[in-house]
Amino acid sequence: MTNAVSFKQVSRHFGSVRAVDAVDLDIGEGEFFAMLGPSGSGKTTCLRLIAGFEQPTSGHIEIFGQQAEGVPPYRRNVNTVFQDYALFPHLNVLDNVSYGLMVKGVGKAERHRDAEAALELVKLPGYGSRRPSQLSGGQRQRVALARALVNKPKVLLLDEPLGALDLKLRENMQEELKSLQKSLGITFVFVTHDQGEALSMANRVAVFDQGKIMQIGSPEDIYQRPNSRFVADFVGSSNVLPPDFVAKHGGERRWASLRPEAVRIVDGEAGALDAIVVSRSYLGGTTRLSLDVDGQRINALVPAGHPLPEEGALIRIGFTPRDLHLMDGAQ
Amino acid sequence: MSAADMTLRAGQSSAILPDRGGVAGALSDLFWKRPRFLLVLMLLPPVLWLGIVYLGSLFALLLQSFFSIDEFSGLINREFTLKTYGELLLPANLDIIMRTITMAACVTIASAIVAFPIAYYAARYARGKWKALFYLGVMLPLWSSYLVKVYAWKLILAKEGILTWFLGKLHLQWLLDAWLSLPIVGGNSLSVSFTGTFIVFVYVWLPFMILPIQASLERVPVNLIEASSDLGANPAQTFRNVLFPLALPGIVAGSIFTFSLTLGDYIIPQIIGTSRLFIGQAVYAHQGTAGNIPLAAAFTVVPIVVMGFYLWGAKRMGAFDAL
Amino acid sequence: MRSDLARASLSLKVAAAAGLLFLHVPILLIFVYAFTTEEKSYQWPPPGFTTQWLAVTWNRPDVWQALGLSVQVAAISTAIALVLGTLCAAAISGSRFFGREAISLLVILPIALPGIITGISLRSAFSLMEIPFSMWTIILGHATFCVVVVYNNAVARFRRVSGSLVEASMDLGANSFQTFRYCILPNIGTALVAGGMLAFALSFDEVIVTTFTAGQQQTLPIWMLEELVRPRQRPVTNVVAMVVVLVTLLPILAAYYLTRDGDQVAGSGK
Repeated sequence: MTNAVSFKQVSRHFGSVRAVDAVDLDIGEGEFFAMLGPSGSGKTTCLRLIAGFEQPTSGHIEIFGQQAEGVPPYRRNVNTVFQDYALFPHLNVLDNVSYGLMVKGVGKAERHRDAEAALELVKLPGYGSRRPSQLSGGQRQRVALARALVNKPKVLLLDEPLGALDLKLRENMQEELKSLQKSLGITFVFVTHDQGEALSMANRVAVFDQGKIMQIGSPEDIYQRPNSRFVADFVGSSNVLPPDFVAKHGGERRWASLRPEAVRIVDGEAGALDAIVVSRSYLGGTTRLSLDVDGQRINALVPAGHPLPEEGALIRIGFTPRDLHLMDGAQ
Repeated sequence: MSAADMTLRAGQSSAILPDRGGVAGALSDLFWKRPRFLLVLMLLPPVLWLGIVYLGSLFALLLQSFFSIDEFSGLINREFTLKTYGELLLPANLDIIMRTITMAACVTIASAIVAFPIAYYAARYARGKWKALFYLGVMLPLWSSYLVKVYAWKLILAKEGILTWFLGKLHLQWLLDAWLSLPIVGGNSLSVSFTGTFIVFVYVWLPFMILPIQASLERVPVNLIEASSDLGANPAQTFRNVLFPLALPGIVAGSIFTFSLTLGDYIIPQIIGTSRLFIGQAVYAHQGTAGNIPLAAAFTVVPIVVMGFYLWGAKRMGAFDAL
Repeated sequence: MRSDLARASLSLKVAAAAGLLFLHVPILLIFVYAFTTEEKSYQWPPPGFTTQWLAVTWNRPDVWQALGLSVQVAAISTAIALVLGTLCAAAISGSRFFGREAISLLVILPIALPGIITGISLRSAFSLMEIPFSMWTIILGHATFCVVVVYNNAVARFRRVSGSLVEASMDLGANSFQTFRYCILPNIGTALVAGGMLAFALSFDEVIVTTFTAGQQQTLPIWMLEELVRPRQRPVTNVVAMVVVLVTLLPILAAYYLTRDGDQVAGSGK
């Protein structure tokens, strides 16, 4: 199977800044792929390299096996949903959606029919005659989505697509994007700094830092088996434990991560640790305890319904060594 | 939904579309690959035009100011000399320069005083429709024909004109006569006095003062003024300690226009004023009938230098943010 | 004290109203004088009213000639300024490069320095290069100071379009020319029309630079200046003054209405 997008040692430098630094990346056809990272980590530049808004300083980019360097954006069968949606203010919704077909010379009747179908797909039938300024944020986003999808792109790029929406709308859109992607079979590549969003939507996630990919894998991989302190820190609320601590509590002398839900409150069990409750945060389904163990801060999640210790209380905690995930190097 | 699905399902088309060919296609690709090329292409015409036509001319003018005129033949002697600049220091010419600068200063101060209430009202109290009306009320006179405005004042200030009539109705004719009998500012009638010149200058440049003051006042938060009065300041104190310092950059920005425009004008004092010259008139006279372009050029360097110092000072006061 | 601040004090109202009256009354007077029966002086109040001077002016070939030249000069200067100002605004707003500040200063300079400097500079350049005066020497000067008006109007709008809208257009398959045609032009169109109108008004009314760059040619303002300095038939001048006010008024109002919804209203920087 050919890859939808393939990066081979791709770099993009702006002056002395290495926005993207020798990245290798393969995105399979039909994947829902997330690029996750803090701002300035190079994820957006990677997206722009695929779209054609940036050209690589060195390296090769292929889209469905065809060389993409030197090909301007308007000759790539790739479309983008922009972070600020970038709807044309001078056109109504229908003309916005049919813009791509119009510049390709598709007749008016046909492109309007296709645009109507695309609006129906994003659940905005009959909105064609409105102006972008008359729409809510969520509606604008759907128009931006329809405007991209109507061109039947081989790859759809989404730049922080849900960033500007409020929580409720964001959850709805996550579900819709997932089912859209499944039914259309188009490769989706989306950029986000929200790890929850990346983990819940994508088949695979690439975690970026300082222009490099730190880890690529399934959401489970990334979440449960982070390969570095950075990934563990960024992706989860995982506890990152230093080598000394790990060695003292039955592991190798290496950095390790420990998910907070793996930490249990126990009584008098062998191997249990003394901990002081520093603070409690109620999160709805669970409560997070911030604990001090031997000078090491550890977070633990207590499901609802379980008895909660008071702040300042001395408790005993335990975890199975299997949950202690050892990481490479000392990064 | 399923019908829409079918039309929008990932197509079998190629991921990279073929080159559309043609000159337009090739140029378009070139613009994308070499954005600097497009930038240079866009900048070239305006920079060439302004560089050659405008800067070239300014340079030609500066060059001429270092030439001199042969007193006997009246021909221009194209040799470098500072003699022409020396002539500027003759008492008659120095007089012209001082007169112009004094007038520019008076006009600037008067414009600021007249402009402030209008700008303040427009910035603080006018809302919605009134705001638009105020804006147009300043914009229309600004853009109305300069000559027509000057002409209108000739009608007003003429001896048989509306001002004389109006003062007569109010039985204030004596006041006008008393003013006109004063030395320097007085004269035969207002239209041939420095007072007349002054009034017309203020009138014509007033909108240039109102707009920047309004812009700077609009940036003053209302609660700042309220805070001042809450602290017990009376309106005069509020004006002096809060409003005026905050509006100052706007006033300075406006004064750049009123000062510079007055320094360079030669038509207003020619039509409404005395026979004593201003810089602009001197320039016009020397380059025209006298044919002494070097001296005319040297005269124009005066406003350039004065404005240079003025702008330098204004920049230090942060006036450019209010433009 | 607060109520005092919520509503303007009477003295402020009076001062503001008086200021606005001061700005408008002289222009309104022109309309009255255009219909006066008095021929020799500027007598007020006018002894009587007549429309005969409209007809007299209508039949004056010199007025028509001057008007024709002014319209021609303003139209051609505006066209040149539109091209140069738009190009410059596009370049300045689209990217950062060395010398960007210098170029924006260069554009503003012709209007920032007194007109007499622009005028005599051009004149001395013409005389150095022995270029004879013609309509084209007038246009050369006018186009130079009209560029800034178009530039000022276009640059704010370009900033809004440049960036993601242009990228969105290219992303959807439009090449550079299509992007200009279908995305950039519709968005900056009204700003350009407004800038063009203001440039036209500015050129149509210009006299200071023109006196230096015109030879025997008379634009309407030059014609008026002649009449002001050496009056021949005052009532005709009155009528022409009224026409000039009306001709400049319309483009200004149009420019205002075209840009009032935007971020920067046209005309605030003459």
